[in-house]
Amino acid sequence: MQLIPCPWCGPREEAEFSYGGQAHVPYPDSPAELSDEEWAHYVFFRANPKGRFAERWNHGAGCRRWFNAIRDTATYRFERVYRLDDPKPGVTELARSREEGTAP
Amino acid sequence: MSPRTPGADLPEHPDALWRNPEPKRSYDVVIVGGGGHGLATAHYLAKNHGITDVAVLEKGWLAGGNMARNTTIIRSNYLWDESSAIYEHALKLWEGLEEDLGYPILFSQRGVLNLAHTLQDVRDSVRRVEANKLNGVDAEWLEPDEVRKVCPIVNTSTEIRYPVLGATYQPRAGIAKHDYVAWGFARRADQAGIDLVQDCEVTGFTTDGDRVTGVQTTRGTIGAGTVALCAAGHTSVLTDMLGIRVPIQSHPLQALVSELLEPVHPTVVMSNAVHVYVSQAHKGELVMGAGVDSYNGYGQRGAFHVIERQMAAAVELFPVFARAHLLRTWAGIVDTSPDASPIVGRTAYDNLYLNCGWGTGGFKATPGIGWALAHTIAHGEPHPTVAPFGLDRFVTGALVDEHGAAAVAH
Amino acid sequence: MTSPFRTPEGGRIDRATTVEFTFDGETLTGHPGDTLASALLASGRHRVATSVRLGRPRGVAAAWAEDPGGLVQIEEPFPEPMLLATTVELHDGLAAHGLPGQGRLADVPDSARYDAVHHHVDVLVVGAGPAGLAAALTAARAGARVALVDEQSEAGGSLLSGTERLDDAPALQWVAAAVAELAGHPDVLHLQRTTAFGSYDDGFVLALERRTDHLGAAAPKHVSRQRVWRIRARSIVVATGAHERPVVFADNDRPGTMLAGAARTFLHRYGVLPGREAVVFTTNDSAYDAALDLSRAGVRVQAVVDARPEGSPRRGECEHAGLRVLSGAVVTGTRGTERVTHALVAPFADGQVGASTAIGCDLLLVSGGWNPAVHLFSQARGRLRYDEVLGAFLPGEELDGLAVAGSAAGVFDLAGCLADGQRVARAALSALAVPPAADDRLPAAPAPVVPAAPVVLWRVPDTSGAEGTTSFVDLQRDATVADIVRAVGAGLRSLEHVKRYTTIGTAHDQGKTSGVLTSGIVAELLGVPVQDTGTTTFRPPYTPVAFAALAGRDRGRLFDPERVTALHEWHVAAGAVFEDVGQWKRPRYYPQPGEDMAAAVLRECAAARTGVGILDGSTLGKIDVQGPDAAVLLDRLYTNLMSSLKVGSVRYGVMCGVDGMVIDDGTVLRLAEDRFLVLTTTGGAATVLDWMEEWVQTEWPDLRVHCTSVTEQWVTFPVVGPRSRDVVGSLFPDVDVSTEAFPFMTWRDTALEGVPVRLARISFSGELAYEVYVNPWYAVAVWERLLEAGRPHGITPYGTETMHVLRAEKGYPIIGQDTDGTVTPHDLGMAWAVSKKKPDFIGKRSFTRPANADPLRKQLVGLLPVDRQTVLPEGSQIVEFRADGELPPPPVPMLGHVTSSYRSAELARPFALALVKGGRERIGDTVHVPVGGTLVPVEVTGAVLVDPEGARRDG
Repeated sequence: MQLIPCPWCGPREEAEFSYGGQAHVPYPDSPAELSDEEWAHYVFFRANPKGRFAERWNHGAGCRRWFNAIRDTATYRFERVYRLDDPKPGVTELARSREEGTAP
Repeated sequence: MSPRTPGADLPEHPDALWRNPEPKRSYDVVIVGGGGHGLATAHYLAKNHGITDVAVLEKGWLAGGNMARNTTIIRSNYLWDESSAIYEHALKLWEGLEEDLGYPILFSQRGVLNLAHTLQDVRDSVRRVEANKLNGVDAEWLEPDEVRKVCPIVNTSTEIRYPVLGATYQPRAGIAKHDYVAWGFARRADQAGIDLVQDCEVTGFTTDGDRVTGVQTTRGTIGAGTVALCAAGHTSVLTDMLGIRVPIQSHPLQALVSELLEPVHPTVVMSNAVHVYVSQAHKGELVMGAGVDSYNGYGQRGAFHVIERQMAAAVELFPVFARAHLLRTWAGIVDTSPDASPIVGRTAYDNLYLNCGWGTGGFKATPGIGWALAHTIAHGEPHPTVAPFGLDRFVTGALVDEHGAAAVAH
Repeated sequence: MTSPFRTPEGGRIDRATTVEFTFDGETLTGHPGDTLASALLASGRHRVATSVRLGRPRGVAAAWAEDPGGLVQIEEPFPEPMLLATTVELHDGLAAHGLPGQGRLADVPDSARYDAVHHHVDVLVVGAGPAGLAAALTAARAGARVALVDEQSEAGGSLLSGTERLDDAPALQWVAAAVAELAGHPDVLHLQRTTAFGSYDDGFVLALERRTDHLGAAAPKHVSRQRVWRIRARSIVVATGAHERPVVFADNDRPGTMLAGAARTFLHRYGVLPGREAVVFTTNDSAYDAALDLSRAGVRVQAVVDARPEGSPRRGECEHAGLRVLSGAVVTGTRGTERVTHALVAPFADGQVGASTAIGCDLLLVSGGWNPAVHLFSQARGRLRYDEVLGAFLPGEELDGLAVAGSAAGVFDLAGCLADGQRVARAALSALAVPPAADDRLPAAPAPVVPAAPVVLWRVPDTSGAEGTTSFVDLQRDATVADIVRAVGAGLRSLEHVKRYTTIGTAHDQGKTSGVLTSGIVAELLGVPVQDTGTTTFRPPYTPVAFAALAGRDRGRLFDPERVTALHEWHVAAGAVFEDVGQWKRPRYYPQPGEDMAAAVLRECAAARTGVGILDGSTLGKIDVQGPDAAVLLDRLYTNLMSSLKVGSVRYGVMCGVDGMVIDDGTVLRLAEDRFLVLTTTGGAATVLDWMEEWVQTEWPDLRVHCTSVTEQWVTFPVVGPRSRDVVGSLFPDVDVSTEAFPFMTWRDTALEGVPVRLARISFSGELAYEVYVNPWYAVAVWERLLEAGRPHGITPYGTETMHVLRAEKGYPIIGQDTDGTVTPHDLGMAWAVSKKKPDFIGKRSFTRPANADPLRKQLVGLLPVDRQTVLPEGSQIVEFRADGELPPPPVPMLGHVTSSYRSAELARPFALALVKGGRERIGDTVHVPVGGTLVPVEVTGAVLVDPEGARRDG
C-alpha cells in the first residue's frame, strides 16, 4: 500500500483514494459538432502508457478533492502531485524537482 | 473426461519442448507476444491453415505474463450471445485439447459455481442461466441446498453478512494447468517449424503506407507479411509506436496460493458480492484471485490491502479456510476494455491484427482465440466468433457490455 | 518418554518444567523453550515426514523457517495444516503428526480471534540478532521512534546458536542488557515471535505476531491468537541474517542429514545432540564451529570433509581436538533407511570424484555456504548481485528508505555485524536528520579469525549410478538434479521455466534452500554466469501466513458495515423480513402470522391501493446542492431541465453517463433559487454524489455550487394510498393537504410539536401519496404518530417488495433492476424526460450514435402471462412465439428478458416488466417465455398497467 501525497492533506494511505484515469482530457466544447469517432475517443479512449502518466486521483476518504499526479505506471512512483488548475508539469520541470529532492 | 483427483501427482513434462532458434530475417507472419494467445495462434496457423513461416516474438520467457499468473478458470457461461459464442467455442476446443496437443493439460471439468448474494444477483444469475441454455451452453440455477451438495464447504448459513441465495452452475466449466497448456501449444508450434523467439522485445515497427512491413526488436529487425499483436496489457505500448489508439487500460490483478491441502474443495466457486474466486488445484493448493487494483500499472504487483480483503472474503464464505496459509502472492497485468469484452480484429494497417482487452477472460479463451485469430490472419477477414469484437463498436455504440449483467467477469 | 539426546545442561530451555506432547500418536516430553523439532530430536527421532511424490523418509534438516524437511500437521489444540516442526513452539498438550505432502484443514470453524494494528515509526529494524540489536540501540539512543521485530521467541539471532562472547562475557548477557535498554525507551516497540513477511512501497512492512500459540490450551481467550502489524516506517533496517545452503549429493535427503549451523543451534539453544556420530561436509570454514562444538559436547565427529583442496586454517584446531579432517574430499552419498547410517566420502579434485569410502555416522552435517536472507530487500524491488566468492546473491543497490545490515548483507563475523548494524542505523538517522546519541557504545567482539576462501560447490557429481535422480535440490517437491538436467535438455533456458518444469521453489519453503542451488546448477548446465541466470522473483509472504490472520476482524457482521435506518428496531420488533440493498438492511415485507411473502405482499399492496400504507424510505440517497449555480449543474447532469423548476416544486429526473446510458434517477426538490434537494436511488447515493463532485471539481470549477450528502440527516416515510390525505391531514392540521393547495409534485414545510417536518407530494406508486421527511432523532416518534393517525384507516407498513410491485404496476423502472448499463432513457420510454431545449447535457451526444438508432434496441414493456397464473421468474429470457409450443434446438434467438415480475392484487393476475427488442412495436403481440422446460405465452403490453391515465395520484 502506497503513501499518496494529497496536495491538500499530505501523505495518506492509498486505500483512502480513488483513481480517475488519465488527466487533461477536457469535456469537449461542443459535443454536438464532433463526429462519432471523435466522440468515441472522448468517451472510451484513454492513454495507457508504460511509464510516466498524468492522471487524476480523488482523496475520497479524506478531503474529497480531486487532484492530478504524474506517476510512473511501471514503478508506481508518484513524481508530482498538483492541483487541477495547475498546468501539466513539463519533463524538464520534473527532472529539476527530482534533482532538488522536491518530488514527493 | 472424468475430473482428476486433487492431490494426484502432476504428470511429467516431455523431454523435448522447443528449439531456441535465432530469428530469421523475415516471416510470413510475426506474432508479437509469446503468451497463451500468441502460442495458440501459432499452433492453429500451422494446424488449420498450413502456415508455418511464422515467428512468435516474446520479450521475456514464453508464457511468462498473464499465462503464468492467472487462476486458470475455464467457463463459457457469459451473458451476451457474442460472448458466450466465443467462450463456448473455446470450451469445446478445451474438451479436445489434451488429445490435440498430445500434452497432459489437466483440464478438469469440475464445474463452476457463481454465487448470488442479493436479490439482484439472483435476477442477473437467472437471466444468464436462461440465456446460456438458449445458446446451448450448459447452465443451471441452484438453490442454496443444491449449492451445498456441489460444494459442501461453502457457508450457506443465513447468518452471514451476505447469505448465499443460490448460484449458477456450469458443470462443463473447470480448470486446467496453465503452464502445461502453454507449453503444449508451444511444443506443437515448434514441431511445425514455427520459431519461438524469446528475449526478443519489439521496440518499433517498419511501415510502408498502410502496411506494416516488419518489427524492430532487441534481436534485430524482422520482416513480416502479417503482424498480429497478442501482447495483452502491453498492447498499448506497441500500438503507441504505430499511432493507433486502443481503448484499453492495464491494471494489476493479484492472485495467491495456499500450501498443499488434502482435497477439500471439489469445484470452482466465484462470488461477486463477496469477492472471491477459488479452486483447489491438482496438487492440492488453493488458488485464489483478488480484486483488480484500481490504478493503471505495469508493475506485476499490487497493494496488500487488496489481498487482506480477499482473505476476509475467503474466510467469510469458506470458514474451513481459516488456518490455510497464504504461501505466495503475485500479480498479472489485465488489459481492461470499456465494455469488459475483448478487442479483436483489423486496424488502420491492412496487415496488422489486434487481439487485446481480454481483462480477466484471457486464459479461458486461449484455444478459441488462437483458432479465430489464425483464421482471421489466414483469410484476412474476422472469424465469425470475433467479428462482433472489432474496434469500430466503440464508435457505433454497439458494445458487448458484460459489466452490468455478467456478475463476475473473471 | 525419555530424551536420550538431551544434553545434561545448557540451552535456553526451562529444564525445571516438563511438558507432554504427542507425535504420530506417541507420547513424548520436552521443555518450555523447545520447538517441536528440538523435542523430537531430543527423543532421538529424526524422521518427521514422508515426501510428497516419492514417499521417502524426511527429517529435520535445519533449525528454523528454512527447513525443507520437517513438515507437520497440528491436531491439538486446533488443527492447522502444514507447519514446520522447527517453528512450532512446544507446549503441553500439543499433538501433531508428520505430513505426507498435504495438510488437512479443520472441519470446524476456527474460534480464535485475529486482529491488526497500524504502527508508525522512524526506524523499523527487522531481526534482533547482533546487527539488528546494534541498529535498534543506535536508533533508540538517538531518540528515534523505533520498532524492532524478530521472528524467534527471544532476541539474539545467531547468538542463540553459539558460544560467542562480547565484552569478555557470554554474548547473551549483552543481548539481555540490550533488550532491557530498549525496553527503557518509551518510543521503542519490541516484538518477538513476529515475522516481517512482506515489504511494500513507501516503508510499509507487514509483520505477523504469534501471540498465544506457544501457550497451547493456556492461551487466554480474550487475546488475539495472531496479530498483523501494519508498520509504516520512514526507514527500514533489514537485519534478517542468512540461511545456510546445503550441497547436493546422492541420497542427501536421508533423515540425519542436516545443515551444520542447525546442529549448533540444536546444541546450544535447545540442549540437544542431533546425533552420536557425525560426519561434517563443508565448503567453507563456518562448519568447523559445528564440528568442534559437537565434539566438545560428546558427539564423535568421525570426519570433517572439506571440499577445498587446501582445506582450512582451522584444520589444526580440529586435529588438536582429535578430529580427522579430509581436505579435497566430498560426500558423494549416504546409506541408511529411516536414518543415515553411513556417509560415502571420496576424494575430489578438479571436479572429479574418486572412489568413495563409507564412514559410519548417524548425523551428516552439511554446509555449502550462506545465502543472505534478502527477501524483504528483493520484495522492495531491490536488485540482487551474485557474489562469485560467496556463491550467493547479495543486495546489489542502495534503496531509498531500506538498508540491509549484517549477514543479510554478506557480513558474517560478529564484530562486523555489530558495526554494520550501527553504520546502517546511523545512515538512516542521518537521512531523517536525527543526530546519533553521544554515548553510542557497542560491545567489543573478539577480532575475527579471517576465514579461508570458501569454494562454491552446488552439487557433487553423482557416482551412485542414480544419475542425479536421488540428488535432491528441493526436498519438499522431491525435485532432483536429474529433473533440472531434463528441463534444460528440453530446451528451457529461463530459470522461471526450469522452476515450472521441476516445481522447484513452489512448496511450503518457497525455495529458501533450493532457489540459489537451482540458479547455480542451471548456470553450470548452460555454461553461463550465475548472475545471468539470476533468481526467481521473491514474493510475499516470506513465511506462510494463515488466511484468518489476514482476514483479521473483518469477518461475520464486521465483514462489511451494516447500515440500518433509524427505525430498524421498530422493523425488527414488527417481524420484518430484511433484504440486503447495498450495505443497507431494508424491510422486504412484514408477514403476519401464517403469511408467506406472497400473501403478505398482496395484503400490503391492497392496503396501499385501497386504503393507506407506509414505507420506511429512509435509505434513498439525498444530496443537498447549494449555490448560485446549483441549477446550472443539475441542468448539465440531468437529461431534463431543472433550472425551470419552481421553488416549492418537485421534478423527476434521469441521469446518464457520458455513454448515454441511464445511471440513476430520482426526484429533485427545489428548496430555494440556489438550493435543491436531490434524491437518488438507495444504491446510487454515493456514486451520484461522487459523480457530481467529479464534474464540479474537474470540469466546471467555475460553478459556484456545493454538494453535500444528507442521506443520514433525513428519514423519509412515504404515506401512500387514497386515505393518505386523511392521515397526513390529521397529523399536520396546519397544512392544507387538498390537491388545490398542495398539488402533486410540490413540497411544504411544517412542524410537529416544534419538530420541523417536510412533506412532499411524490408518488412512486401512482397513488395519492405524501412523503414525510424528518430528522432521524424523531424518526420513531413521527413514525408512530403516523401509524396512530392512520389506525382508523387501517394503515399498513409495507416493505420493498410491495414498493416494487406498486411501482412496477405503474411502469416505473428501478435503475439497476430494469436497466443494466445498456439502457437509454428512450429505451425506458422516457423520451419525455430528455430535454430537447438544452444544447448539451451529459450523455446527449451519445444518443445520436448509430447503435442508438437501431430499431431493434431493447425497450421497456409490460408482459402479461396469457394463463393469468404464471409468475415469470425474474431474469427469464423471451423468445419468439412458437406455434408448436416447442423450443427449437439451440441457439435460440432471444428477444430480451424479464426484469421485474410480480403478482398483482390490483390486476388479479401476475405481470412483468421486460426489456424486449423493438418492444414498443410489439405491443399486442404474443411471445414465449421458457419457464422450467415449457413455453409460457405472454402478451406484450405497455409498461403502465395500473391507472394509465394517472387519475389516482390526486386521490
